[in-house]
Amino acid sequence: MQPSTPKGFSRRRFVGLGLGGAAALVGTTVLQAAQAQANTPTPTPHDMGAMSPDSEGEYDSHTAAMLVGAVDHERNGFDPMQMLVDWDYGSQTGAAENGSAIREYDVSAGDIEIEIAPGLFFPAWAYNARVPGPTIRCVEGDHLRIHFANYGSHPHTMHFHGFHPAEMDGVSGEYRGAVNPGDSFTYAFDADPFGCHLYHCHAQPLKRHIHKGMYGAFIIDPLEGRPPARELMMIMNAFDTNFDGGNEIYAVNTVGHEFMRRPIPIKVGELVRIYLINLVEFDLINSFHLHAHFFDYYDTGTTLQPTSRMIDTIAQVQGQRGILEFRSRYPGRYMFHAHVSEFAELGWMGFFNAVRPEDYDAALAEVGLDEEWDYKSTHGSAVEQEA
Amino acid sequence: MSTQTTTPEISSPGRLSGAAWGLALVPLILLGLVLTYLVVTGGGLTELSGPPVEQVAIQRITLPEAGIIQIEIVNDGPQTVTLPQVQVDDAYYMFTAEPSTTIPRLGRATFTVYYPWVEEEAHAIALVSSLGTVFAGEIPAAVETPALSLGLFLQFGLVGLYVGIVPITLGLLWYPFMRRLSRQAMQFILSLTVGLLIYLAVGTWLDANEFAAELPAFWQGIPLVIFVALTTLGALLVIGRVQRGREISPLSIAYRIAFGIGLHNLGEGLAIGAAFASGEAALGTFLILGFTLHNITEGVGIAAPIVRQNPGWRHFVLLVLVSGAPAIIGTWIGGFAFNPVLATLFLAIGIGAILQVVWEVGKLMARDAVKFSQPIINRVSLSGVVAGIAIMYVTAFMVKF
Repeated sequence: MQPSTPKGFSRRRFVGLGLGGAAALVGTTVLQAAQAQANTPTPTPHDMGAMSPDSEGEYDSHTAAMLVGAVDHERNGFDPMQMLVDWDYGSQTGAAENGSAIREYDVSAGDIEIEIAPGLFFPAWAYNARVPGPTIRCVEGDHLRIHFANYGSHPHTMHFHGFHPAEMDGVSGEYRGAVNPGDSFTYAFDADPFGCHLYHCHAQPLKRHIHKGMYGAFIIDPLEGRPPARELMMIMNAFDTNFDGGNEIYAVNTVGHEFMRRPIPIKVGELVRIYLINLVEFDLINSFHLHAHFFDYYDTGTTLQPTSRMIDTIAQVQGQRGILEFRSRYPGRYMFHAHVSEFAELGWMGFFNAVRPEDYDAALAEVGLDEEWDYKSTHGSAVEQEA
Repeated sequence: MSTQTTTPEISSPGRLSGAAWGLALVPLILLGLVLTYLVVTGGGLTELSGPPVEQVAIQRITLPEAGIIQIEIVNDGPQTVTLPQVQVDDAYYMFTAEPSTTIPRLGRATFTVYYPWVEEEAHAIALVSSLGTVFAGEIPAAVETPALSLGLFLQFGLVGLYVGIVPITLGLLWYPFMRRLSRQAMQFILSLTVGLLIYLAVGTWLDANEFAAELPAFWQGIPLVIFVALTTLGALLVIGRVQRGREISPLSIAYRIAFGIGLHNLGEGLAIGAAFASGEAALGTFLILGFTLHNITEGVGIAAPIVRQNPGWRHFVLLVLVSGAPAIIGTWIGGFAFNPVLATLFLAIGIGAILQVVWEVGKLMARDAVKFSQPIINRVSLSGVVAGIAIMYVTAFMVKF
């Protein structure tokens, strides 16, 4: 007999894998059923993420709001978790008269098929065979030489947001224009102003070149540096898999719901700094909302004083970006996602896992990270690299 | 030269020798070789192969219980399709796939999605393929799919009873009255029957096409309807000819009408049952009332050919069952085990059967007209046909929306 609980309360479903015994606890009375529910560990999306649609088992319909399965990052050649801290400082090949470093970067464009959600493949155009492209990081005033080679099937450019001469603007049809397949070009300019910037392809048709994956972060550290913090680079992006002018997958760093399965480890009390960039096509606005925390926000990162203080949601239009800074008060898992519910439910949703310092190694190991990731995330500043 | 017959053995109707059968096999063997060559080497056409074509048909979406959506999928495209993710209302939800998310051509799969659907509200389903193609389905109004229970079984039976048995029985009760009608009035009633049957043929054709359009592409739904209808018509006409030497008896015509109407009512039952199951129709008593009114003329049509000779009450009971009971069976099938392929086939057979009785009743009227040296199409017969169509058309206002 089914327990005669009110409709809706008795229908809660349990994760089938390994919880069969717990499910059997559901008794024949309302009380027993309620007790059994209380005793059953709540299945988290994190637990369920390991399952695939072809495996046995059931999901809880109220926590199953997530992509199912796991993406093969090795096949992709990049991991959204590593991209959070994967700074590309280029190679320092000398110094100018005023003491500023000369930094040279190699960037190539190409066609690549990437897995943007478990089992879902997208024919991307990419810088350095990854979406987003390399996070180019430097110090204000650095002389940058970006050697760009196009191995792709279409003409591409690199258009940086920042001060630079018109010849270095990387727009098709202007000055050097688009770099044809097989061609190369060196973009040379000084890093200015400091802030959280971006670069993207500015070949026509613009929409397609951007939503196919041709963009990356361009972070210029202020000369005096910023206070030490755990730094993370997040590009909010999306993919229109059926090319109908609307996105099927939304994400931070490409893979939908990746940080639902693998919460980002942070330490309680430490300063966390996020370089947040919105590169979603088609939708006018994107946003970032952090649960149970308030953060300071530096719009475009071009100031050392916050442009907004004590907020928990920030909106960005296409191409807008900024820096977020916050500290966790209490250990636990905290969700972050677009406060556009549709984007959140289509992949743009994740967790921070705030732990006490003594638990940090375990939190890293739980999501397949090591000390190197910890080091990179806490020693990101290019100022520090130069010192 | 011209007098020389070169191939006398071909025209001779002798038995085929083993060697002759061997000759028949030659093209088949060569065909096998060509196919093998194409499969193995690509036939030099690999350059021509375009991007992959992904296509699936969502056959049925059911809501077996709260928090669960079940989607039945058929791959009717040219190649294997993998559907790794499912969206409900623009949100990805976890699901399980039986037997697999990878569906071969002509293969089937059932996806169970864990989604807290909301009673009486609409939901949109989108299946996303491994290449990012999106296949959409919808739940117009979420209602828990009826599970087979005795109570519901009886209720559906009751619906079928009101839609099929009751109106036809009532219509047949005009029989004593019809026996007292003049020859001309009877001519009117017969032509009214033809009008009614023409209306039903058109309606059944449209219903069949509606189901056919939902079928996976390889079924070639609409041609299937046409061929099955024509084959049925042909077969029934041939069966009619078997009784050569004597005219088809009026009772036999009545049974044929009952059979055609029965198949039509089966289709009506299927649609009602399926609508009940999918929550598409708020099937109140109003709709049932509409069908009762709409179908009462069918009884008149069945009784029309037999006014001159009373076949006895047993035949009347049987006629009611043949024409009315399929509505009950249809409601059960539609509600509990809907199958669009079978529905299409039943309706296509119904079209053929109805066309055949239009032909038979028409002949009956023609004989009658010839006997009284009247033109076949006269004032009475034309107004009868028009009245038959008009009655069906107007009463259908209550059941079409």
